[in-house]
Amino acid sequence: MAMTIHVDIVSAEAQIFSGLAEMVVAPAIQGDVGILPRHAPFLTPLRPGEVRVKISRDQEEPFYVSGGMLEVQPHVVTILSDTAIRAHDLDEEAAMAAKQRAEKLLQDRQAAFDYARAQAELAEAVAQLRAIERLRKIRR
Amino acid sequence: MLSSPTWKQDNMAKSKEIRTKISSIKSTQKITRAMEMVAASKMRRAQERMRKSRPYAEKIRTVIGHLAHAHPEYKHPYMIGRPVKRIGLIIISSDRGLCGGLNTNLFRTTLAAMKRWRNTGIEMDLCTVGNKSSLFFRRFGGNIVAQTAHLGDAPSLESLIGTVRVMLDAYDNGTIDQLYVVFNRFINTMSQSVQVQQLLPISADEQDTKLQHHWDYIYEPNSQEVLDGLLMRYIESLVYQAVVENNACEQAARMVAMKSASDNAGGLIEELQLAYNKARQSAITQELSEIVAGAAAV
Repeated sequence: MAMTIHVDIVSAEAQIFSGLAEMVVAPAIQGDVGILPRHAPFLTPLRPGEVRVKISRDQEEPFYVSGGMLEVQPHVVTILSDTAIRAHDLDEEAAMAAKQRAEKLLQDRQAAFDYARAQAELAEAVAQLRAIERLRKIRR
Repeated sequence: MLSSPTWKQDNMAKSKEIRTKISSIKSTQKITRAMEMVAASKMRRAQERMRKSRPYAEKIRTVIGHLAHAHPEYKHPYMIGRPVKRIGLIIISSDRGLCGGLNTNLFRTTLAAMKRWRNTGIEMDLCTVGNKSSLFFRRFGGNIVAQTAHLGDAPSLESLIGTVRVMLDAYDNGTIDQLYVVFNRFINTMSQSVQVQQLLPISADEQDTKLQHHWDYIYEPNSQEVLDGLLMRYIESLVYQAVVENNACEQAARMVAMKSASDNAGGLIEELQLAYNKARQSAITQELSEIVAGAAAV
């Protein structure tokens, strides 16, 4: 039995793989890295690409990651896989969109206020009508 | 017996009225029962999603724990506290109503917390996730700097990146000094509790004595970039977890609310049925006594 290392591949939305392997090959940001058991502690971001988990001599499992982080401890490899394609520009864009939504929300405040007031007035009118109806019934 | 015709008509009219009322309540009950069942199945799926999202955050937490012990040469600003003048709040609510007091409880707790902060002279920037909190804080007033809504039943991390990013940027350039997230924690189907959880700065774990020897990671390309990416993902995953958990709470609360609505409708139908039977019976009695009286007159 060859030496093995524990491998966990997880994403924020699901656990993807957990088990023992002889070697892990991952697309690190500065080039692919192969991790064997007893590797020194190592931390690096990943590029989008293929992670290959070599479970035994002739069994290999491929996983696609769209980026993420790789952490290596002497007996544990953890791959934190991203679920979305990340890039600084894309993140900024998403942030801008979130800000704009907030601004729009605040701009709409006037309209929403009118809507709320109309609703209150309607409720009042309905209550008045009901009171009138009740009065009529009593008079009859 | 002079008034008998109108009496009879009254009874007939009354029983007809009751019958339409019963049928309308029955159809309402059908809707609430259907909503209850939909919420129950959605809740199960949301719980599953909650369970699945845990390993990621746990793994990142372990890595960050390692980092805290590794005496890194670079101390990240996310891990250093600073005097608090302004804080950021990410408020997570549901998109839709009809889920009992879930959102109301959340807002009440949030407002109480906000008042406490304000009393100590701390200002707040808000970031709302979910339709209900956006609408509430728009009406109530508050400095909303980012907003996301309509995440659906299966929220994706991707849809939260922008919102979280706004807050992280604000922390980076010193606009806010602390970041909190407010959401409902799922305890069980019957109970949810509002949580105000601190995200930034990340409170360093208690020093573990057995890991005191000096070691550090090999960082590639450098520690700063690696830590940036890691801590950003950590915060995002915590917010994602909060959203998923709040979603499970929403479904559970809706299920309970709809169940009690169906039960109430059932009670109402029973009462009305009784009234209907009485009205019908008295109409029949009326008719019988009229016939008997007529026969006696002949």
